[in-house]
Amino acid sequence: MSLYQLQKFLYDINRDPRVQERYRSDVAGLLERYELTQEERAAIAAGDVGLIYVLGANGQLLMHFAALLGLSWPDYLQAMRDGVRRHGPVRAGIYAMTTQVDEKVAGV
Amino acid sequence: MSLVFAGICSHAPGITGRAAMADPTLREPFYAAYRRMGEQLSAVRPDALVVVAAEHFANFFMNNMPSFAIGMADHYSGPIEDPAWLGIARTTIPGSTKLSRQLIGEIMQTVDVAYAEEWQFDHGIMVPLHFLTPSYDLTIVPVNINCQGPPLVPLHRAWALGEALRRAADGVPERIAVIGTGGISHWPATPDSGRINEAWDRALLERWARNDKEALLSYSDLDTYRDAGQGGFEIRTFISVAAAARGCGHVQHYTPIPIFAVGCTIATMDIAA
Repeated sequence: MSLYQLQKFLYDINRDPRVQERYRSDVAGLLERYELTQEERAAIAAGDVGLIYVLGANGQLLMHFAALLGLSWPDYLQAMRDGVRRHGPVRAGIYAMTTQVDEKVAGV
Repeated sequence: MSLVFAGICSHAPGITGRAAMADPTLREPFYAAYRRMGEQLSAVRPDALVVVAAEHFANFFMNNMPSFAIGMADHYSGPIEDPAWLGIARTTIPGSTKLSRQLIGEIMQTVDVAYAEEWQFDHGIMVPLHFLTPSYDLTIVPVNINCQGPPLVPLHRAWALGEALRRAADGVPERIAVIGTGGISHWPATPDSGRINEAWDRALLERWARNDKEALLSYSDLDTYRDAGQGGFEIRTFISVAAAARGCGHVQHYTPIPIFAVGCTIATMDIAA
Protein backbone atom coordinates (compact mmCIF):
# COMPACT_ATOMS: atom_id res chain seq x y z
CA MET A 1 0.00 0.00 0.00
CA SER A 2 1.51 3.29 -1.11
CA LEU A 3 -1.59 5.45 -1.24
CA TYR A 4 0.42 8.66 -1.15
CA GLN A 5 2.30 7.67 -4.31
CA LEU A 6 -0.89 6.51 -6.03
CA GLN A 7 -2.54 9.83 -5.27
CA LYS A 8 0.57 11.72 -6.33
CA PHE A 9 0.30 10.06 -9.73
CA LEU A 10 -3.35 11.17 -9.97
CA TYR A 11 -2.43 14.69 -8.90
CA ASP A 12 0.31 14.85 -11.55
CA ILE A 13 -1.71 13.47 -14.44
CA ASN A 14 -4.76 15.61 -13.68
CA ARG A 15 -2.78 18.82 -14.06
CA ASP A 16 0.03 18.11 -16.55
CA PRO A 17 -0.65 17.45 -20.26
CA ARG A 18 2.88 15.98 -20.60
CA VAL A 19 2.05 13.33 -18.01
CA GLN A 20 -1.21 12.64 -19.83
CA GLU A 21 0.70 12.13 -23.08
CA ARG A 22 3.28 9.87 -21.41
CA TYR A 23 0.45 7.82 -19.87
CA ARG A 24 -0.78 7.09 -23.39
CA SER A 25 2.64 6.48 -24.98
CA ASP A 26 4.75 4.86 -22.24
CA VAL A 27 2.82 4.09 -19.08
CA ALA A 28 5.44 1.64 -17.74
CA GLY A 29 8.19 4.24 -18.04
CA LEU A 30 5.98 6.91 -16.51
CA LEU A 31 5.14 4.78 -13.47
CA GLU A 32 8.81 4.13 -12.69
CA ARG A 33 8.77 7.57 -11.10
CA TYR A 34 6.36 6.40 -8.41
CA GLU A 35 6.90 3.89 -5.58
CA LEU A 36 3.85 1.76 -6.27
CA THR A 37 2.83 -1.77 -5.39
CA GLN A 38 2.28 -4.19 -8.26
CA GLU A 39 -1.47 -3.97 -7.71
CA GLU A 40 -1.45 -0.15 -7.84
CA ARG A 41 0.77 -0.15 -10.92
CA ALA A 42 -1.51 -2.59 -12.75
CA ALA A 43 -4.65 -0.68 -11.75
CA ILE A 44 -3.26 2.57 -13.15
CA ALA A 45 -1.93 0.96 -16.33
CA ALA A 46 -5.32 -0.66 -16.97
CA GLY A 47 -7.23 2.53 -16.15
CA ASP A 48 -9.15 0.46 -13.59
CA VAL A 49 -11.02 3.27 -11.84
CA GLY A 50 -12.92 0.80 -9.64
CA LEU A 51 -9.78 -0.77 -8.23
CA ILE A 52 -8.06 2.60 -7.76
CA TYR A 53 -11.12 3.67 -5.77
CA VAL A 54 -10.95 0.52 -3.62
CA LEU A 55 -7.23 1.15 -3.03
CA GLY A 56 -8.27 4.37 -1.28
CA ALA A 57 -7.78 7.19 -3.78
CA ASN A 58 -9.43 10.48 -2.84
CA GLY A 59 -12.45 11.00 -5.11
CA GLN A 60 -11.46 14.61 -5.73
CA LEU A 61 -8.41 13.25 -7.56
CA LEU A 62 -9.99 10.14 -9.03
CA MET A 63 -12.99 11.84 -10.65
CA HIS A 64 -10.73 13.95 -12.88
CA PHE A 65 -8.63 10.92 -13.90
CA ALA A 66 -11.88 9.12 -14.76
CA ALA A 67 -12.92 12.06 -16.94
CA LEU A 68 -9.50 11.95 -18.66
CA LEU A 69 -10.18 8.29 -19.44
CA GLY A 70 -13.43 9.34 -21.06
CA LEU A 71 -15.84 8.20 -18.35
CA SER A 72 -19.06 10.18 -18.04
CA TRP A 73 -20.32 11.05 -14.55
CA PRO A 74 -22.74 8.07 -14.35
CA ASP A 75 -20.01 5.74 -15.69
CA TYR A 76 -17.55 7.03 -13.08
CA LEU A 77 -19.99 6.32 -10.24
CA GLN A 78 -20.73 2.87 -11.68
CA ALA A 79 -17.04 2.05 -12.09
CA MET A 80 -16.54 2.64 -8.35
CA ARG A 81 -19.54 0.46 -7.46
CA ASP A 82 -18.23 -2.27 -9.76
CA GLY A 83 -14.82 -1.97 -8.12
CA VAL A 84 -16.31 -2.54 -4.68
CA ARG A 85 -18.35 -5.46 -5.99
CA ARG A 86 -15.21 -7.09 -7.46
CA HIS A 87 -12.57 -6.18 -4.89
CA GLY A 88 -14.45 -5.56 -1.66
CA PRO A 89 -14.71 -2.43 0.50
CA VAL A 90 -12.43 0.60 0.16
CA ARG A 91 -9.21 -0.23 1.99
CA ALA A 92 -7.87 3.20 3.00
CA GLY A 93 -8.47 6.93 2.90
CA ILE A 94 -11.63 8.93 3.64
CA TYR A 95 -13.70 8.23 0.52
CA ALA A 96 -15.26 4.91 1.54
CA MET A 97 -18.62 3.89 0.10
CA THR A 98 -21.57 3.98 2.51
CA THR A 99 -24.35 3.08 0.09
CA GLN A 100 -25.08 -0.34 -1.44
CA VAL A 101 -23.54 -1.50 -4.73
CA ASP A 102 -26.98 -1.55 -6.39
CA GLU A 103 -28.04 1.82 -4.97
CA LYS A 104 -28.11 5.02 -7.07
CA VAL A 105 -28.84 7.87 -4.67
CA ALA A 106 -29.00 10.60 -7.31
CA GLY A 107 -30.56 8.34 -9.93
CA VAL A 108 -27.25 7.81 -11.79
CA MET B 1 -12.51 50.34 6.68
CA SER B 2 -14.29 47.24 7.92
CA LEU B 3 -16.07 44.05 7.15
CA VAL B 4 -19.20 44.97 5.19
CA PHE B 5 -20.67 41.63 4.12
CA ALA B 6 -20.61 37.98 5.19
CA GLY B 7 -22.20 34.88 3.78
CA ILE B 8 -21.89 31.20 2.98
CA CYS B 9 -22.72 29.20 -0.12
CA SER B 10 -22.37 25.78 -1.72
CA HIS B 11 -19.58 25.16 -4.22
CA ALA B 12 -20.13 21.62 -5.53
CA PRO B 13 -18.92 21.26 -9.14
CA GLY B 14 -22.18 19.60 -10.20
CA ILE B 15 -23.98 22.92 -9.59
CA THR B 16 -22.60 24.13 -12.92
CA GLY B 17 -21.13 20.95 -14.43
CA ARG B 18 -24.26 18.84 -14.17
CA ALA B 19 -26.80 21.64 -14.57
CA ALA B 20 -28.56 19.92 -17.45
CA MET B 21 -29.15 16.77 -15.37
CA ALA B 22 -30.96 18.65 -12.58
CA ASP B 23 -34.68 19.11 -12.13
CA PRO B 24 -35.26 22.74 -13.25
CA THR B 25 -37.88 23.24 -10.53
CA LEU B 26 -35.14 22.65 -7.94
CA ARG B 27 -32.27 24.19 -9.89
CA GLU B 28 -33.76 27.55 -10.88
CA PRO B 29 -34.83 28.77 -7.40
CA PHE B 30 -31.33 27.89 -6.15
CA TYR B 31 -29.65 29.75 -9.00
CA ALA B 32 -31.97 32.73 -8.33
CA ALA B 33 -31.00 32.72 -4.63
CA TYR B 34 -27.32 32.59 -5.60
CA ARG B 35 -27.75 35.58 -7.94
CA ARG B 36 -29.69 37.47 -5.24
CA MET B 37 -26.74 36.97 -2.93
CA GLY B 38 -24.59 38.52 -5.67
CA GLU B 39 -26.92 41.53 -5.78
CA GLN B 40 -26.74 41.89 -1.99
CA LEU B 41 -22.97 41.70 -2.21
CA SER B 42 -22.66 44.39 -4.88
CA ALA B 43 -25.17 46.62 -3.03
CA VAL B 44 -22.68 47.09 -0.18
CA ARG B 45 -20.01 48.22 -2.69
CA PRO B 46 -17.15 46.01 -1.49
CA ASP B 47 -13.60 46.78 -2.59
CA ALA B 48 -12.60 43.15 -2.20
CA LEU B 49 -14.11 39.75 -1.53
CA VAL B 50 -12.33 37.27 0.72
CA VAL B 51 -13.34 33.75 -0.31
CA VAL B 52 -12.70 31.20 2.42
CA ALA B 53 -12.81 27.95 0.51
CA ALA B 54 -11.77 24.33 0.80
CA GLU B 55 -9.93 23.36 -2.34
CA HIS B 56 -9.44 19.91 -3.79
CA PHE B 57 -5.76 19.48 -4.67
CA ALA B 58 -5.60 22.35 -7.15
CA ASN B 59 -2.69 24.16 -5.48
CA PHE B 60 -1.96 22.16 -2.36
CA PHE B 61 -1.11 18.49 -2.05
CA MET B 62 0.04 16.15 0.71
CA ASN B 63 3.72 16.75 -0.17
CA ASN B 64 3.44 20.12 1.59
CA MET B 65 -0.06 20.73 2.91
CA PRO B 66 -0.82 23.98 4.72
CA SER B 67 -3.75 24.04 7.12
CA PHE B 68 -4.39 27.64 6.08
CA ALA B 69 -3.20 29.48 2.99
CA ILE B 70 -3.96 32.94 1.61
CA GLY B 71 -3.35 34.16 -1.91
CA MET B 72 -1.10 37.18 -2.41
CA ALA B 73 -1.15 38.08 -6.11
CA ASP B 74 -2.50 40.72 -8.47
CA HIS B 75 -4.33 38.15 -10.52
CA TYR B 76 -5.43 34.54 -10.37
CA SER B 77 -6.71 32.05 -12.91
CA GLY B 78 -9.41 29.44 -13.01
CA PRO B 79 -10.96 27.04 -13.25
CA ILE B 80 -8.08 24.57 -13.06
CA GLU B 81 -10.51 21.81 -14.02
CA ASP B 82 -11.56 21.09 -17.59
CA PRO B 83 -13.88 24.06 -18.33
CA ALA B 84 -16.28 21.76 -20.19
CA TRP B 85 -16.43 19.40 -17.20
CA LEU B 86 -17.16 22.26 -14.80
CA GLY B 87 -19.32 24.32 -17.13
CA ILE B 88 -17.34 27.49 -16.42
CA ALA B 89 -15.02 29.13 -18.97
CA ARG B 90 -11.38 29.72 -18.06
CA THR B 91 -10.67 33.31 -17.09
CA THR B 92 -8.44 35.68 -15.13
CA ILE B 93 -9.63 36.97 -11.77
CA PRO B 94 -8.27 40.17 -10.22
CA GLY B 95 -6.41 40.12 -6.91
CA SER B 96 -4.37 42.62 -4.92
CA THR B 97 -0.90 41.78 -3.68
CA LYS B 98 -0.92 44.90 -1.52
CA LEU B 99 -4.25 44.21 0.19
CA SER B 100 -3.45 40.51 0.66
CA ARG B 101 -0.13 41.38 2.22
CA GLN B 102 -1.77 43.78 4.68
CA LEU B 103 -4.41 41.23 5.67
CA ILE B 104 -1.88 38.40 5.97
CA GLY B 105 0.39 40.56 8.13
CA GLU B 106 -2.36 41.17 10.64
CA ILE B 107 -3.75 37.62 10.56
CA MET B 108 -0.25 36.29 11.31
CA GLN B 109 -0.36 38.06 14.66
CA THR B 110 -2.52 35.21 15.91
CA VAL B 111 -2.75 32.49 13.22
CA ASP B 112 0.09 30.97 11.20
CA VAL B 113 -0.92 31.02 7.55
CA ALA B 114 0.94 30.05 4.42
CA TYR B 115 0.84 32.49 1.54
CA ALA B 116 0.78 31.77 -2.18
CA GLU B 117 1.78 34.15 -4.98
CA GLU B 118 0.26 31.79 -7.53
CA TRP B 119 -3.17 30.25 -7.22
CA GLN B 120 -5.36 28.43 -9.69
CA PHE B 121 -8.94 28.51 -8.50
CA ASP B 122 -10.89 25.27 -8.57
CA HIS B 123 -14.64 24.81 -8.25
CA GLY B 124 -14.47 25.78 -4.57
CA ILE B 125 -14.03 29.39 -5.64
CA MET B 126 -15.10 29.39 -9.31
CA VAL B 127 -18.66 28.12 -8.73
CA PRO B 128 -19.42 30.89 -6.20
CA LEU B 129 -17.81 33.59 -8.38
CA HIS B 130 -19.73 32.36 -11.44
CA PHE B 131 -22.95 33.38 -9.68
CA LEU B 132 -21.83 36.22 -7.38
CA THR B 133 -19.46 38.19 -9.64
CA PRO B 134 -20.13 36.79 -13.12
CA SER B 135 -18.00 39.45 -14.81
CA TYR B 136 -15.06 38.68 -12.49
CA ASP B 137 -14.50 42.36 -11.80
CA LEU B 138 -14.18 42.30 -8.00
CA THR B 139 -10.80 41.91 -6.30
CA ILE B 140 -10.56 38.47 -4.72
CA VAL B 141 -8.49 37.33 -1.75
CA PRO B 142 -8.52 33.51 -1.79
CA VAL B 143 -8.20 31.72 1.54
CA ASN B 144 -7.91 27.95 1.82
CA ILE B 145 -8.58 25.65 4.74
CA ASN B 146 -7.34 22.10 4.24
CA CYS B 147 -10.48 19.97 4.46
CA GLN B 148 -9.26 17.14 2.19
CA GLY B 149 -6.02 15.65 3.46
CA PRO B 150 -6.08 14.62 7.15
CA PRO B 151 -4.86 15.52 9.66
CA LEU B 152 -7.21 18.49 9.40
CA VAL B 153 -6.98 21.64 11.46
CA PRO B 154 -9.27 21.53 14.56
CA LEU B 155 -12.53 23.48 14.31
CA HIS B 156 -11.47 25.94 17.00
CA ARG B 157 -8.55 26.98 14.77
CA ALA B 158 -10.98 27.67 11.92
CA TRP B 159 -12.79 29.90 14.40
CA ALA B 160 -9.48 31.60 15.29
CA LEU B 161 -8.80 32.18 11.59
CA GLY B 162 -12.18 33.90 11.27
CA GLU B 163 -11.46 36.12 14.26
CA ALA B 164 -8.09 37.06 12.81
CA LEU B 165 -9.65 37.76 9.45
CA ARG B 166 -12.15 40.13 11.07
CA ARG B 167 -9.42 41.99 12.91
CA ALA B 168 -7.45 42.30 9.70
CA ALA B 169 -10.47 43.46 7.67
CA ASP B 170 -11.29 46.10 10.26
CA GLY B 171 -7.73 47.39 10.02
CA VAL B 172 -7.56 48.22 6.31
CA PRO B 173 -9.18 51.18 4.52
CA GLU B 174 -10.96 48.95 1.98
CA ARG B 175 -14.52 47.67 2.33
CA ILE B 176 -14.12 43.92 2.77
CA ALA B 177 -16.69 41.20 2.09
CA VAL B 178 -16.21 37.57 3.12
CA ILE B 179 -17.86 34.33 2.05
CA GLY B 180 -17.30 30.75 3.13
CA THR B 181 -17.87 28.06 0.53
CA GLY B 182 -18.46 24.34 0.82
CA GLY B 183 -20.41 21.80 2.82
CA ILE B 184 -22.66 20.92 4.24
CA SER B 185 -23.21 17.16 4.50
CA HIS B 186 -22.13 15.43 1.31
CA TRP B 187 -20.27 12.40 0.00
CA PRO B 188 -18.76 13.94 -3.13
CA ALA B 189 -17.02 11.99 -5.89
CA THR B 190 -17.96 8.65 -4.31
CA PRO B 191 -20.65 6.16 -5.32
CA ASP B 192 -22.70 7.83 -2.55
CA SER B 193 -22.74 11.13 -4.47
CA GLY B 194 -26.21 12.55 -3.95
CA ARG B 195 -26.56 11.31 -0.39
CA ILE B 196 -27.53 14.31 1.77
CA ASN B 197 -28.29 14.36 5.50
CA GLU B 198 -30.91 17.10 5.54
CA ALA B 199 -31.57 16.91 9.29
CA TRP B 200 -27.86 17.28 10.03
CA ASP B 201 -27.59 20.18 7.58
CA ARG B 202 -30.54 22.01 9.09
CA ALA B 203 -29.16 21.55 12.62
CA LEU B 204 -25.77 22.89 11.52
CA LEU B 205 -27.37 25.88 9.79
CA GLU B 206 -29.46 26.59 12.88
CA ARG B 207 -26.33 26.65 15.05
CA TRP B 208 -24.58 28.82 12.45
CA ALA B 209 -27.53 31.24 12.21
CA ARG B 210 -27.55 31.90 15.94
CA ASN B 211 -23.75 32.09 15.86
CA ASP B 212 -23.45 29.56 18.65
CA LYS B 213 -19.69 29.15 18.92
CA GLU B 214 -19.81 26.32 21.44
CA ALA B 215 -22.31 24.31 19.41
CA LEU B 216 -20.45 24.93 16.16
CA LEU B 217 -17.15 23.79 17.63
CA SER B 218 -18.62 20.70 19.31
CA TYR B 219 -18.56 18.46 16.22
CA SER B 220 -15.83 15.85 16.16
CA ASP B 221 -14.42 14.82 12.79
CA LEU B 222 -15.39 11.22 13.54
CA ASP B 223 -19.03 12.24 14.05
CA THR B 224 -18.96 14.50 11.01
CA TYR B 225 -17.54 11.74 8.84
CA ARG B 226 -20.26 9.35 10.02
CA ASP B 227 -23.17 11.80 9.76
CA ALA B 228 -22.12 14.22 7.04
CA GLY B 229 -19.47 12.44 4.98
CA GLN B 230 -16.00 13.61 4.04
CA GLY B 231 -17.64 16.68 2.47
CA GLY B 232 -18.86 17.65 5.94
CA PHE B 233 -15.29 18.54 6.91
CA GLU B 234 -15.83 21.74 4.91
CA ILE B 235 -17.97 23.19 7.75
CA ARG B 236 -14.66 24.78 8.71
CA THR B 237 -15.24 27.52 6.14
CA PHE B 238 -18.71 28.29 7.55
CA ILE B 239 -17.25 28.40 11.07
CA SER B 240 -14.60 30.92 10.02
CA VAL B 241 -17.27 33.20 8.57
CA ALA B 242 -19.36 33.04 11.77
CA ALA B 243 -16.28 34.01 13.79
CA ALA B 244 -15.55 36.91 11.45
CA ALA B 245 -19.09 38.30 11.24
CA ARG B 246 -20.15 37.70 14.88
CA GLY B 247 -23.82 38.40 14.04
CA CYS B 248 -26.96 36.40 13.34
CA GLY B 249 -27.24 34.43 10.16
CA HIS B 250 -30.11 34.29 7.69
CA VAL B 251 -30.59 31.16 5.63
CA GLN B 252 -31.94 32.39 2.32
CA HIS B 253 -32.04 29.06 0.54
CA TYR B 254 -31.60 25.42 1.42
CA THR B 255 -32.67 22.62 -0.91
CA PRO B 256 -31.14 19.16 -1.28
CA ILE B 257 -30.41 18.59 -4.99
CA PRO B 258 -28.97 15.05 -5.25
CA ILE B 259 -27.49 15.40 -8.76
CA PHE B 260 -25.56 18.43 -7.43
CA ALA B 261 -24.46 16.13 -4.55
CA VAL B 262 -25.26 18.66 -1.84
CA GLY B 263 -27.94 20.51 0.10
CA CYS B 264 -27.74 23.72 -1.87
CA THR B 265 -27.23 26.55 0.59
CA ILE B 266 -27.24 30.32 0.43
CA ALA B 267 -27.03 32.32 3.66
CA THR B 268 -25.89 35.73 4.83
CA MET B 269 -24.84 36.91 8.26
CA ASP B 270 -25.19 40.28 9.97
CA ILE B 271 -21.94 42.00 10.81
CA ALA B 272 -21.96 42.65 14.56
CA ALA B 273 -19.57 44.87 16.47
